[in-house]
Amino acid sequence: MKKKAFQRIYTEISAITKATCDVRAEGIGYQELAWVNGRPAQVIRIVDDLVTLQVFPGTEGISTKTEIVFSGNPPQLNVSDLFCGRFLNAYGDPFDDGPPVEGEARPIGGQTVNPVRRIKPSHLLATGIAGIDLNNTLVTGQKIPFFADPDQPYNSVLAEVAMRAEADRIILGGMGLSYDDYIFFKEIFTNRGVLDRIVSFINTSEDPPLERLLIPDMTCTAAEYFANEKKEKVLVLLTDMTLYADALAIVSNKMDQIPSKDSMPGSLYSDLARIYEKAVQFAHGGSITIVAVTTLNEGDITHAIPDNTGYITEGQLFLKKDTYTGKVIVDPFRSLSRLKQNVIGKKTREDHPQVMNALIRLYADAMQARTKKENGFDLNDYDERCMKFALDYSNEILAVDINITIPEMLDRGWSLFERYFEKYEVGIKEMFIQKYWLGTADM
Amino acid sequence: MTKGIITSIVSNLITIKANGPISQNEICHVLRGQISLRAEVIRIKGSIAFAQVFEETRGIKIGDEVNFTGQMLEVELGPGILSKNYDGLQNDLDKMGGTFLRIGEITEPLDADVFYDFKPIATKGDRVSAGEWLGEVKENWMNHKIMVPFAMVETYEVLSVIKAGDYNKDTAIAVLQDEKGQKHEITMVQRWPVKRAISAYKMKNRPFEILQTGLRVIDTLNPITEGGTGYIPGPFGTGKTVLQQAIAKNGEADIVIIVACGERANEVVEIFTEFPELIDPRSGRKLQERTTIICNTSNMPVAAREASVYVGMTLAEYYRNMGLKVLLLADSTSRWAQALREMSNRLEELPGPDAFPVELSAIIANFYSRAGVVELNNSTTGSVTFIGTISPVGGNFKEPVTESTSKVARCFYALSQKRADAKRYPAIDALASYSKYLDYDEFVEFADQHIQEGWVNLVKKVKDIVQLGLEAKDQIDILGDDAVPPEYHVNFWKAELIDFGFIQQDSFDEVDMSTSIERQRAMLNRFYKISVMDFPFSDFQEIGSYFKKLINLFKQMNYVPLDSNEFRKFENDLDLMLQPYATPVATT
Repeated sequence: MKKKAFQRIYTEISAITKATCDVRAEGIGYQELAWVNGRPAQVIRIVDDLVTLQVFPGTEGISTKTEIVFSGNPPQLNVSDLFCGRFLNAYGDPFDDGPPVEGEARPIGGQTVNPVRRIKPSHLLATGIAGIDLNNTLVTGQKIPFFADPDQPYNSVLAEVAMRAEADRIILGGMGLSYDDYIFFKEIFTNRGVLDRIVSFINTSEDPPLERLLIPDMTCTAAEYFANEKKEKVLVLLTDMTLYADALAIVSNKMDQIPSKDSMPGSLYSDLARIYEKAVQFAHGGSITIVAVTTLNEGDITHAIPDNTGYITEGQLFLKKDTYTGKVIVDPFRSLSRLKQNVIGKKTREDHPQVMNALIRLYADAMQARTKKENGFDLNDYDERCMKFALDYSNEILAVDINITIPEMLDRGWSLFERYFEKYEVGIKEMFIQKYWLGTADM
Repeated sequence: MTKGIITSIVSNLITIKANGPISQNEICHVLRGQISLRAEVIRIKGSIAFAQVFEETRGIKIGDEVNFTGQMLEVELGPGILSKNYDGLQNDLDKMGGTFLRIGEITEPLDADVFYDFKPIATKGDRVSAGEWLGEVKENWMNHKIMVPFAMVETYEVLSVIKAGDYNKDTAIAVLQDEKGQKHEITMVQRWPVKRAISAYKMKNRPFEILQTGLRVIDTLNPITEGGTGYIPGPFGTGKTVLQQAIAKNGEADIVIIVACGERANEVVEIFTEFPELIDPRSGRKLQERTTIICNTSNMPVAAREASVYVGMTLAEYYRNMGLKVLLLADSTSRWAQALREMSNRLEELPGPDAFPVELSAIIANFYSRAGVVELNNSTTGSVTFIGTISPVGGNFKEPVTESTSKVARCFYALSQKRADAKRYPAIDALASYSKYLDYDEFVEFADQHIQEGWVNLVKKVKDIVQLGLEAKDQIDILGDDAVPPEYHVNFWKAELIDFGFIQQDSFDEVDMSTSIERQRAMLNRFYKISVMDFPFSDFQEIGSYFKKLINLFKQMNYVPLDSNEFRKFENDLDLMLQPYATPVATT
């Protein structure tokens, strides 16, 4: 934030809200970065010579007589390999004790990839978690959120996915992260010896909420540098996007805009899409995969934030505690990976789609049987077998603490079929039954 | 031309102080250094024009110059549209350089360097009017008609038509003379403002002919017609896009125009990747050859979303006037409505329901009404069939976009979260969905003649069986398996059989993904025969396992080609299973 000679400087503020202030100024570009009494701010409205600035750290204590410096540029990030292992704040300045990052200044929130220059994402991104690899297979270039209630261990699952996934680079964007979770991420990155391939942009819950608005753009700008210029497989982690959307709502409110559903701005869909659509598979092999977290209120996915997110992302993953086994699993019913069709049965074993579907269908039958039992009805033989199957399915395949390959998951699936069912009950294509039904019931 | 300077900027809304006359919906260019950004005037107050910018506004300054064009947003119509990938303003995306889109970049929608094999249709002395055919060229394998431009509203005399040969799009292929004796040179290209419907035809007719999609739950149970309209609302994750893509692949149309409006870029990439490879079974040609994609993905400028659906409709109408069957798909119309909402909000208009503009309903009705089957002046027919998807907020159909659409679209395909959760795809709820065409006398008559005598009745009977099964399931769930008579179980399982064997369809299986109406007819008759058979089982468990075996056989049959040896084997097994309960079902 060093001042340069050509910068325009003003000293009079005409209006202040909790998030914004107005100043009379000329020759100012839309979305230009400025400093209000040293606090970073951005131009969000210009009417004649009246410029409205959104002040990221908030306007507490700002006086009408204050120095305002315009930078002449949109917000920028210095990109270079010196990033690696660093923890930076929402402005790309050190959050850790290291020196400022030297590098080429890039405007954040850059241009859209021409859709005809994209490549269909079809490289498997394995995580070793069956709830993902088997049921909701991910590919590089995909964008997918965890929908989780605040009490669920979403950040540790997210970290686990990041550690196991085959990525060249991991960029973490933390928004409103609790300080404890910041320490957690830092420790897990350090202890697993992967710190040198990770860059983190951190805004903790102690930091001003509006600064969160910069985190996704900073994160994606860094990701684009590695994915496009260095042709690396980049994994972006964004947690928690709900807090990002809350910050959007604050600014929209202070701008007197009419809110749409759940007090969210009418542009929420576009605002979120602009970030998630940074996920891309380039032709040269580089890619950006985004795994995000959207926290829910008591599982309510009809709220504007998860609802709009679901329409943007390529699927969603729900965490759930299986009360019968006590294991955390990725819910096989509500979770979905839209891009799994690009790899399952093609890049993975041929029986993958059918085994996956049959397992889920039988698990659904087991849930019906449980309901029947809870309502006091007698269970038939099929119900009993389904319920036993469900326990084993959860324990031996779904639990997130299991780390196995996809062929192992499929083999375990076949062995469960054989343990509890007849061939006609699983509804799988004849040719696969002939090939994989071994007739030996145990593993 | 009028010029102006920018006086305010809020997101993609700017105001411009103009120095001359300006008109509503006029296109203007904002000059930002070397770059020119297109914008559309959406409100005028004195000499101040409010305009929505079709590009990102970052860096625009107060005082930047603006040039008005005097034109509304127009498309260029001519040979070369097919197989193109356009953005929402008809820029050819493939002609853009670089990996990233560059702000303000404009590319030619048609190709000046391609020579088309022209054959005259009209001859010297003919009297012609707008939309009538002067000649034709080969575009891919389609006969692309070169017409009297739609904007020419008089009757003209043909003075000359160029002889057959290879010409490019800008060659004058005919000279016409109007009533005042003025001469007009006609090239292969004309322009048309997208927000106006092209109506250069004799009359619009009531649709009656089925437009096959290859999907059983649509073609048989809720058919859409050539020139018909349909909408697919569904919560996320219920398979809207997969469904639309399946229709785009298998839909029985000459031309398919896909508008990807505010949706995911990777979905469009899938079409870019697959369509050049896939073969259209009817023509034996690549699917790409009959397809045009208009692509304004969710990270492309919001203001161009509205433009994209109108561009799509205008291209569809253009091909309809050549006597072709055009299928227009838009995914998703909700994003267009949201774009209208964002702008209405920035204009500080008083909001309608859910902050949408009050005229939303009228805009949607007007748009859907542009579809239809028309009789051209030369008595051939052409059609635009339109199917739009809707992404209802919170998955709840009681919201303004779904409600406004339900008033105009004739087919409703309800995607059900419950079916999607149970992985019963396509997740169309066969009973909640409807096709009003089933009640059209014209359609009933068409089906009697072209599918089977009494077809519509048979369809309704089969739907009743599914309904009966649902009611039986409710009873079983409430009273318990043992407490209901075995007939309830039989009814439930008959409905399940139709669900698993007919309604569900694997859009990722090569055989099952598309079923001809002939095969659908044979299947439906088979199911109907089973559903009127008696199964005198006494034990509900016996019923369940018997029907599961039946279902398994039907599923296996659906995966193999009709009249293959495997098919006959499964058919034989099926007959053996049914034999004890009735006379065997003969092959139909």
